[in-house]
Amino acid sequence: MIEISNLSKSFVTASGTVDALRNINLTIHDGDIYGIIGMSGAGKSTLVRCINMLERPTEGNVRLDGVDLGSLSKKKMQEMRHHVTMIFQSFNLLMQRNCLQNIMLPLKLTHMPKDQAVKRATELLATVGMADKAKAYPAQLSGGQQQRIAIARALATDPKVLLCDEATSALDPKTTHDILTLIREINQKLGITVIVITHQMSVVQEICNRVAILENGTVVEEGDVSEVFSNPKARATKRLVYPDMSAGIETLGTEHNQMVRLVFQGAEAATKPLLASMAMECRIAANILSATTRTLDGKVYGTMLLNIPGGPEELARAVQYLSGTGNVRVQVESEYAQQMGQTPTGEEE
Amino acid sequence: MDYFARYFSEKKIADAMVLIREDFFQATLSTLYITLMSTLFAILIGLPLGIILVTGDAKGIRPLPRWLMSILNWIINLLRSAPFIILIVLLMPFTRMMLGSAVGDGGVIVPLVIAAFPFVARLVEGSLRELNPNIIEMAQSSGANTWQTVFHVMLPESVPSLITSFTTAITTILGYTAMSGAVGGGGLGNLAIAQGQQRSNHAVLLAALVILVILVQIIQTFGTWLARKSDKRLKN
Repeated sequence: MIEISNLSKSFVTASGTVDALRNINLTIHDGDIYGIIGMSGAGKSTLVRCINMLERPTEGNVRLDGVDLGSLSKKKMQEMRHHVTMIFQSFNLLMQRNCLQNIMLPLKLTHMPKDQAVKRATELLATVGMADKAKAYPAQLSGGQQQRIAIARALATDPKVLLCDEATSALDPKTTHDILTLIREINQKLGITVIVITHQMSVVQEICNRVAILENGTVVEEGDVSEVFSNPKARATKRLVYPDMSAGIETLGTEHNQMVRLVFQGAEAATKPLLASMAMECRIAANILSATTRTLDGKVYGTMLLNIPGGPEELARAVQYLSGTGNVRVQVESEYAQQMGQTPTGEEE
Repeated sequence: MDYFARYFSEKKIADAMVLIREDFFQATLSTLYITLMSTLFAILIGLPLGIILVTGDAKGIRPLPRWLMSILNWIINLLRSAPFIILIVLLMPFTRMMLGSAVGDGGVIVPLVIAAFPFVARLVEGSLRELNPNIIEMAQSSGANTWQTVFHVMLPESVPSLITSFTTAITTILGYTAMSGAVGGGGLGNLAIAQGQQRSNHAVLLAALVILVILVQIIQTFGTWLARKSDKRLKN
């Protein structure tokens, strides 16, 4: 378990003191895949570097299984870093060393005998699906392959915690998905706690079970991913969850009052054509303004923004109808919400 | 016509041919010996010093006290600004103390090492500073101590760049050996000054120049080839 309490970090620069992190409190449980998300400059990278003490917190502390990492001696700190390993956006492989030698680096640092280190590194190459690349040099590999080698290297010393600093930000969507799948497998099979730093909501959505949203150096929201996704509270969270919607709302002008947001939290995708049946049963032909839904294992997650033609009466009927279907949350995005006596969060299920 | 009559008369060319036959081979070996020994010792001192300049920097992996770094930098700059010929003369007592004599090949190696190690230190510093800082951060995050970061990460990653730097060092030191004549050191430089300049026989000067040019070409070509061959970043 990692407990971050009252953590602050400020940098002294030529133009004054910059508060990169302010009073961060987070608890990351064993086995979590914990997402820390924020726009660039929010302080994510500083936060992850405070976890392994590459950056010393100005105030507060980080505890790993009860041990205050800030109090460790230099030697113990280096030992700790064999248990809290890291992968990076730019992979950071040794370019003059082949894959096997790259994976052996942390083992060399722990003075493991060479034959054992070769054996362990060879196993790890297989773990990350790169068994045939032992003698290849990083320059001969694609980005995704390089990240696989970096993951194998991070696993070499049997860590408890894996820190991923924008690990997929330099990769294309397909490769990102493959690498995230590998990270999830590692989390599940080896029981390694994973902390994922990212600016992409899709990454959090895909593998994290918990998430903290960082803005201007503070945590503005924290919780289960499904909860934060379906009911974002902080402005920064809304911006991340509905990145494309604020622009759309502005252009809609007068139709503001007729918008409904559907939040899918695992609704059955194929069984019922929701909007078509609403059109038939309620005679309301909803207009899809935008949708950021995705299907996972036959279930729908994400949000959809609908324009409901007509007046308040139609809107109320639509909300009632949509609320009656399973695993869909309905929110009215309008000033009518209050008139109708509904909270903007709407009803659940 | 005067110029040729004076410096390239038939007699002088004949003299030069004798020298080339009898003394040039020995002189070339002497030059190579002085160059290689000086480079070796300059690297032995300059490499660790260059590493310290990078790691001991305020932003390095093991910052050293500021005053110490200032002194190191000051000494290096001082030695680099002293003209070599002045350094040879000033260092004579020191050379005599080290070797018992301040003349001959040894007499030129000592001042050459003193003149070249600060240069090598700066070259090494440059090579190590070229390293991607993310790689150093990776080493630190993997739990490497200062020693391990230098020997398992910084140096191996800098090999091609260091080879290029050392090639520059050798060719520069080769040029400096020409001044060895001032303290009776052997080599092509001495031959060129003693026989060519002082006896107004420019055929000897030219011959020495040709050999030095060929040596520099060979060393540079080999160094460049080795640097490229060692660099695993280049896909083949």
